[in-house]
Amino acid sequence: MIPYDHVLGLSVLLFTIGVIGALTRRNLIVILMCLELMLNAVNLAFVGFNRMWAGSVSGPETPVALDGQVFALMVITVAASEVAVGLAILISLVRNRDSINVEDASLLRW
Amino acid sequence: MSNDLMGDTWIPWIPFLPFASALLHAVLIGMLRRSLSPRMVSGISCGAVAGSLLLTCVSFAEMISLPGDGAIQERLFSWIGLGVGSAHFDADIAFRFDALSAVMCLVITGVGLLIHIYSVGYLQQDQRDDRGFQRFFCYMNLFIAAMLVLVLADNLLLMFLGWEGVGLCSYLLIGFWYGDREKAQAGTKAFIVNRIGDLGFLVGTLLLFWSLSESGTPTMSFRGIEGALPVIVASTLSLPAWLGGGEFALANAIGLCFFLGACGKSAQLPLFVWLPDAMAGPTPVSALIHAATMVTAGVYMIARLSFLYAVAPEASTVIAWTGAVSALFAATIACVQSDIKKVLAYSTISQLGYMFLAAGVGAYTAAMYHVVTHAFFKALLFLCAGVVIMVLKHEQDMRRMGGIGSRLPWTRRWMWIGVGTIAGVPLTAGFFSKDQILVASYAAHEVPGHIHLYWMALTTVALTAFYSVRLIYVSLYGTSQVPAEVRREIHEPGGLVLWPLGILAVLCILGSLLGVPQLWGDLELLRVEESNSIHHFLARVVAVGEPHELDASTEWGLTGRAIAMFALGSTMGVILHLLRPAWADWLAGKLSFAHRLVKNAYYVDALYRGLIVRPLLAASDRLLFRWIDVRLIDGLAVMGSANLLRGLTDGLLKYTQVGLAQVYFLVMLLGSLAILVYLLFESGA
Repeated sequence: MIPYDHVLGLSVLLFTIGVIGALTRRNLIVILMCLELMLNAVNLAFVGFNRMWAGSVSGPETPVALDGQVFALMVITVAASEVAVGLAILISLVRNRDSINVEDASLLRW
Repeated sequence: MSNDLMGDTWIPWIPFLPFASALLHAVLIGMLRRSLSPRMVSGISCGAVAGSLLLTCVSFAEMISLPGDGAIQERLFSWIGLGVGSAHFDADIAFRFDALSAVMCLVITGVGLLIHIYSVGYLQQDQRDDRGFQRFFCYMNLFIAAMLVLVLADNLLLMFLGWEGVGLCSYLLIGFWYGDREKAQAGTKAFIVNRIGDLGFLVGTLLLFWSLSESGTPTMSFRGIEGALPVIVASTLSLPAWLGGGEFALANAIGLCFFLGACGKSAQLPLFVWLPDAMAGPTPVSALIHAATMVTAGVYMIARLSFLYAVAPEASTVIAWTGAVSALFAATIACVQSDIKKVLAYSTISQLGYMFLAAGVGAYTAAMYHVVTHAFFKALLFLCAGVVIMVLKHEQDMRRMGGIGSRLPWTRRWMWIGVGTIAGVPLTAGFFSKDQILVASYAAHEVPGHIHLYWMALTTVALTAFYSVRLIYVSLYGTSQVPAEVRREIHEPGGLVLWPLGILAVLCILGSLLGVPQLWGDLELLRVEESNSIHHFLARVVAVGEPHELDASTEWGLTGRAIAMFALGSTMGVILHLLRPAWADWLAGKLSFAHRLVKNAYYVDALYRGLIVRPLLAASDRLLFRWIDVRLIDGLAVMGSANLLRGLTDGLLKYTQVGLAQVYFLVMLLGSLAILVYLLFESGA
């Protein structure tokens, strides 16, 4: 069985890559991909923590059965809708600015 | 009931045919933006109504052949089903074709078909709105469908669906020429005034439901309610202390609530103000909706619930008095109006008053008989008025008519029949139906003040004769006020417009055969097989009290009085409007105060405007709009919070809005990290 710290370590790694990508890249498609990366890193952490804690500790806050997995499913659903909205914004950006550079969409400012 | 015919009948198709036609028109003009040729439209719409009429006749024959007082019942599907406590409540989409709904269906589809055919000719002559042709027939078909649902419904909720449906169609058709602001407002007014009545209907329904579910038999079907009548009779409502406390019989409370609904729909005091304004709609609409069918829905409802009113004497008394006062009140107004359609509108209120008087004194069958005859003669009069309005190029003021009778020979003949029937020429349908009501109110000893009711109704007979004679003389005879160039061009319209009038005129005369009173039927002269057949037919469904115990001589005396009043009223009409028109002006001058009062409909409209409409508008404008919305919400909440923040930070905060999504992301990330670090130290410490 894979040790928990390996699972969580991979999750941290994926999340960090996602954050750095989302902060530094200007290509909107890449940024959307980085967002997905972060969300999936969180999913991985959910599942990992569920495996780690389920049944091992007693008390009111103990995760039971498949709490983490259910959360992961929920996140996947939200992520799917978020991508739909994101791509719609992307398409209208391309139509209006003929570019997918986020710096071109900076009209709403002081 | 064991005599009922259940399932697999034509009944659902009766309302469905016009509904399908309306739906077709709606989809075509509303969604596909494509209108059919007028020929196609009129073919489809009139065909749908003719189909309903045919099916009604077939079902009628089928129902008559059932043994006893059988009816045709058809349950389509369950509409609302819920558990109430331990009991189960069901409201089905179910139709019931019994004697009462059969009579109404025949009137609706029969008169409806004639008016549909008339409308084809009427609208083709109308240059105001060419593109509205299909829209008009869409609304008309929808109206017929809703009205049929109303009368065929087997339970109160489905009836309410039809009730609201006809209200909607009435609104749409009054404001048919919505480009004219005044006409659009008339539609809105009708809708809003009817809401008050509908609230009564709804409260009545809820009271009924509440009391029946308390006793464990929640039901909305009419026979279910009738079965649970002992429960309703036994219950009382306790009034709250601020109303004086005390107990109030539930049947009376429910009856009064439903009567409020009937007042709105049937334009009785105090809710009649919408009907005169509703004359803004096209004339066929006034004939169909605001004379023959929709406005009689209130009377129909009371006849349908007659078993309830039979045990609610106080509510019945209120109905009788409201009806009699409305009849007299509206008849006086009709005598001095100058708009030809307003005369007919007030006359409709007056005739509806007769019907409610009859229902109030327990003569439900007489009320329904008057519904039928009124549908014939008032539709005829409206359609005749429509011809006059049409040939005079939308002139409705009777003072600018006159002297055109010779140019409209057929219209003049049909109009005479209509006038004769409404005025009560002996042996016409209107004479018999009115006579039945007069006799019933005279004999109703259980109603307090029934003699006053009788005298009011009798006075109304004279007034009715007066204003109907005035109507025809002023509009068709006398000195013509029509410009010569218009008069030269007057041609009587073609057959499509004229022969519906002819059929209605024939019905006006033959309608008397439905309700020949016992008294007349016994005469050797007439030899009627069955006297008052509509009474015996309706008695299968409608509550019938004890037959009155008037001897024949008293009854002949009453009839004689009615004929005398008719003669008086019509003679006055002839004198004042044909022989000595100057006397009418002299009289109006002498009684100028009373004349002005009546001419302005006793200022009821102005009263409502001053007491309700103006304060409401002022409160909405000054308080809700200018104060709460503009100052409080827009000013204080929205702009106030923004200005406060800007003032506090001296406008420096706006520089945080850099417009780059990634900067916002970075800020958010750092913020989340800060919270995380804080939580870590918090839990560690």
